[in-house]
Amino acid sequence: MNTDNGVINMDFKRRVVLKAGGALGVLATAGAWPLQALAKFARPEDAFKAEALDATFAALGGKPEGSDQIDLETPDIAENGAVVPVSVTSKLPGTEQIWLLVEKNPNPLAGGFMIPDNTEAFVQTRVKVAQTCDIYAVVKADGKLYMTANETKVTLGGCGG
Amino acid sequence: MAGRMRIRAQKKGDNTEVKVLMQHPMETGLRKDDAGETIPAHFITHVTATVGDRTVMESQWGAAVSQNPFLSFRFQGAEKGDKLKIAWKDNQGETAETTTSIR
Repeated sequence: MNTDNGVINMDFKRRVVLKAGGALGVLATAGAWPLQALAKFARPEDAFKAEALDATFAALGGKPEGSDQIDLETPDIAENGAVVPVSVTSKLPGTEQIWLLVEKNPNPLAGGFMIPDNTEAFVQTRVKVAQTCDIYAVVKADGKLYMTANETKVTLGGCGG
Repeated sequence: MAGRMRIRAQKKGDNTEVKVLMQHPMETGLRKDDAGETIPAHFITHVTATVGDRTVMESQWGAAVSQNPFLSFRFQGAEKGDKLKIAWKDNQGETAETTTSIR
């Protein structure tokens, strides 16, 4: 475990492990990585496991409302579905989170990004797109979900198959 | 192998623009190798970016983020010379972190 936040966490972890004994050791290790951050942005495991778009929306907190205040930049045609550049900028006030979904992937949810205060409501990454379908940007702003979508045509799928 | 990271963090006006390239296979667990054996899922699940005690970006990923992931974001309130730390953790429990100076 070389990515600890520092000595304090290491000490904390060791003490927890000592107290709790071996059975809870795994939990303690999980908790020590980065402790405060995990508490703020818990992983929505159900959303990542969902196999359809609507189920993913449901696991994220309900079907988002369409919005023209989200700029989603995706290629119209992707020659290689394994590497599709995606960029999202939200103009919605109070943007807290940005999520990327690929409609027809085995698991539509690709990832989520927490936007703290003083970080721009912008994120750019690259995702796999298994076949021609819509890419969704879902934005959580002031506790509500909004979305926009673009179609990307894929000439070579993203699953290496 | 997994673990290496390239970070560029550049002050542009009030903003610090960050671009990160992480080295990671990002296996979905759905592919098969030449022998027909399923290649186990192996992907980054959690990424954090911090300046001192302050978290400036935090991400939860699935296996659909591309191999050797790229991430770019912008934040305010840092100065040239401040240290930016990017750390990730994957579904097999591997971790990596890299610290760079904002320039």
